[in-house]
Amino acid sequence: MSVLIAVADVVAIGCLLAGAFLCLTAGVGLVRFPDVLSRMHAGTKPQVLGTLLVMIGGAIRLYGLAAAWMLLLVALFQLLTAPVSAHMISRVAYRRRHVRRDLLLVDELRDAEGPDSDYRGDEPADGPQPT
Amino acid sequence: MTVVAVIAHALLGGGALLALVRLARGPSLLDRVVATDTLLVIISASLAVYASLARDATLVPVLVVVSLLAFVGSVSVARYVGGMQLRSADEQATPDREARP
Repeated sequence: MSVLIAVADVVAIGCLLAGAFLCLTAGVGLVRFPDVLSRMHAGTKPQVLGTLLVMIGGAIRLYGLAAAWMLLLVALFQLLTAPVSAHMISRVAYRRRHVRRDLLLVDELRDAEGPDSDYRGDEPADGPQPT
Repeated sequence: MTVVAVIAHALLGGGALLALVRLARGPSLLDRVVATDTLLVIISASLAVYASLARDATLVPVLVVVSLLAFVGSVSVARYVGGMQLRSADEQATPDREARP
């Protein structure tokens, strides 16, 4: 029985360390990547996989079923909300020209210009000024 | 176990510091939104790591609150920027604005 507990501890600690390493890679990617979309690509790695790994490790380590259910709830909530927020942020980023279009391989929205294609920043003063 | 705690917290702290660097340097608002989102995820991950290394289940409801707050914050700031965009598009579409040279 103690062997089983030791194996479970090793698995849990492996999951926790992998999740923590994903958080570090997210920080490195956030600092080094060039534009909003690629930074979001780096930042969502711990948001889904890192959170899942850490929650698995926590559910193995913590005693009791209530903590495991709550960790499962957190993981499900992350899985549901990460695509929604990423979609909204990337849509606004594309329309606001925060995307390095010279680095894109496929740009299906190149011809479908939005209604405010001459707004280049995210402050109201960045738009076309009334003269 | 202490070695594991030190390594895990060092990795999480390095990630959080780099996210803070991007939060301070980010050229646009959306970079800062992405950095804040990542920072909150790292905070919740480190809370979960601490809770599971100390076998302390009282921190688990805090995780639910932090993940909810991260989602609501990033979506509301994205809606704010998008709402500014829609309003300025409406202003641009009004005829008196169009008539200006």
